[in-house]
Amino acid sequence: MKKFLALLLALAMTLALAACGGNDSQNDNSAPADNTQSDAQTPGDDAQSSGEAVTIKIGGIGPITGDLAQYGTATQWGAQIAVDEINALNGPVKLEYNFQDDTGVSDTAVSAYNNLKDWGANVIYGCTTTTPCVTVASETYADRYFQLTPSASSTDVTDGKDNVFQMCFTDPGQGTAAANYLKDNGLGTKYAVIYNNGDQYSSGIADAFIAKAGELGLEIVATQTYPEDTTTDYTVQLNACKDAGADLVFLPIYYTPASLILNQAKQMDYAPTFFGADGMDGMLDMEGFDKSLAEGLLLMTPFNASGTDDRTVSFVEKYQADHGILPNQFAADGYDCMYAIYEACCQIEGVGSMSNEELCDALIAVFTGGSFSVDGLTGSGMSWLTNGEVSKDPVVVKVENGAYVTQ
Amino acid sequence: MSFLNNVITGISLGSIYAIIALGYTMVYGIAKMLNFAHGDVIMVGAYMAFFAMGRFELPAIAGVLLAVVVCTALGIVIERLAYKPLRQAPSLAVLITAIGVSYFLQNGAQILWGAATKTFTPIVNGTLVLVPEQLSISYVAILSVVCCIVVMIGLTLFTTRTKMGKTMRACSEDKAAAQLMGINVDATISMTFAIGSALAAIAGVLMCSAYPVLSPTTGSMPGIRAFTAAVFGGIGSIPGALLGGILLGIIETFGKAYISTDLSDAVVFAVLIIVLLVKPAGLMGKYVPEKV
Repeated sequence: MKKFLALLLALAMTLALAACGGNDSQNDNSAPADNTQSDAQTPGDDAQSSGEAVTIKIGGIGPITGDLAQYGTATQWGAQIAVDEINALNGPVKLEYNFQDDTGVSDTAVSAYNNLKDWGANVIYGCTTTTPCVTVASETYADRYFQLTPSASSTDVTDGKDNVFQMCFTDPGQGTAAANYLKDNGLGTKYAVIYNNGDQYSSGIADAFIAKAGELGLEIVATQTYPEDTTTDYTVQLNACKDAGADLVFLPIYYTPASLILNQAKQMDYAPTFFGADGMDGMLDMEGFDKSLAEGLLLMTPFNASGTDDRTVSFVEKYQADHGILPNQFAADGYDCMYAIYEACCQIEGVGSMSNEELCDALIAVFTGGSFSVDGLTGSGMSWLTNGEVSKDPVVVKVENGAYVTQ
Repeated sequence: MSFLNNVITGISLGSIYAIIALGYTMVYGIAKMLNFAHGDVIMVGAYMAFFAMGRFELPAIAGVLLAVVVCTALGIVIERLAYKPLRQAPSLAVLITAIGVSYFLQNGAQILWGAATKTFTPIVNGTLVLVPEQLSISYVAILSVVCCIVVMIGLTLFTTRTKMGKTMRACSEDKAAAQLMGINVDATISMTFAIGSALAAIAGVLMCSAYPVLSPTTGSMPGIRAFTAAVFGGIGSIPGALLGGILLGIIETFGKAYISTDLSDAVVFAVLIIVLLVKPAGLMGKYVPEKV
């Protein structure tokens, strides 16, 4: 009996300790073990009693190790800057931020999500990439957590889920915008597309682009694919584009394979206009990259790190001071996500006493209410449609002398 | 013309696979283990050359030397710390350890050097134009093929003509008997890892010169391809690795050009399966029946 009591006491102490340990800011990989408590937890219930600002716990998910780590760390760090700024505002709402690694893989993302639930998250921020995001979105939909993703751009992420919203363009949205832009500006006469058909992002944009191009009467002479972003040789695809006489090649792909394509195109003396989507952003910041390869490259990106407005300048300065590199649009999307959540929470009455379900419904009501708009780094007056899609203007930049020039 | 272009691409890709495959084959032949961390040693070599040439602006040759020295040391250290304690363990344990070392190197590289992709500065630039506008060979491709042949000849001479090489062959035939004959098996295996890792460094520099992107996971896919090449040519056989590598490069490129860019991997592995069905020991492997 004594032993049993001692065990019980020990257990109670561990639980109490674990409950105290929930205040670490980010990168807390060990999830506290107090499942029973956190389920019942409401935002800022301890703050309510002391009459201070309400604290909203934001649980972030993204790849901070593995192949896709550069995107995950960008969303993690970008959001961190916004969280620090928001908390320094001393507004009615404070944010507590915890970012978990999903390595870009669905099942890891689910464990990351479970860790965050145990931690007591109120809102889910993520995932960075589409595939894990689709999986996590169906979990948050079932559990009624509000979810805002900085960069998972597939429509699969939001399809049929009223609780999931995107900060970035959808893939089809970008493909359509690209075709419209090419038509309106009369760029190129014969078009080619090279895309990764093993990737939802890339094939989502490419499919919509090809469909829209057909509608607009743009002549696509070559459609080339490759199976994964670790592919290193694109000479076969480039030869096909060259042989077909394409003078504009649309590359709805990430910048790492794109840098190889530019390099190999140069080696084979093939110089069409290259036009990229937002995944191309970041190429100029690759260490050792020969910027002359990208000269004349056009790409759609919502964020230009060499922008001169105060907010961009301050963000870029902070990001560089902390991490030594220039922020890309993933970082900017992450930053905007935090402000969107913050501003929406500020509009909700009694946000501090809500359960996660109530908060989720209230946030959905604000986001889709029609009058809610956010000014951020990736656009001003951003608003959201009921299907979770963001509405903002695409910006096309051209690389001139190694820097972006907004077109 | 595009056919010839594809042949050139295939051979230059294949010769890089071949150099990597030589490392796999050497280690397998002597230590009878699949060193899955080999691909990641390539990545470390490429990073070393990248830092030497990109950040400290040393000449290319210094970058290559640094890569070779660091990788050789790394190979010996990995062998001592991770594989030597498992010399008597079942081969499955060693295999899993090798996979663990591979992840350790990848994640270590990511912590030390960051996840962001870096662009490698090629050690030689430019292309040799054979037919203007249509047919050209990059100097990197020529260098890869030359390196590959030199390395293969060097290794063959080393294993057949030198005393060290003889001890290696003895260990590969029968470790216990070699030990009875007074051969230091541990030292021989360390030596093999040193040579294999030095080759990995050269392969890393050549690979990143041909395809100039560098990230912590750069080595893993070529590593697996090269392993396939080694099996294809007959694992354990030095000329087999060369033949397997070049053939794999050509099949991959032709598969992309004439069948489908998406199915190129499937084509490569289909050919591998057919070859192994017909010749289970690989193209140039020796089939050694187990005596009971």
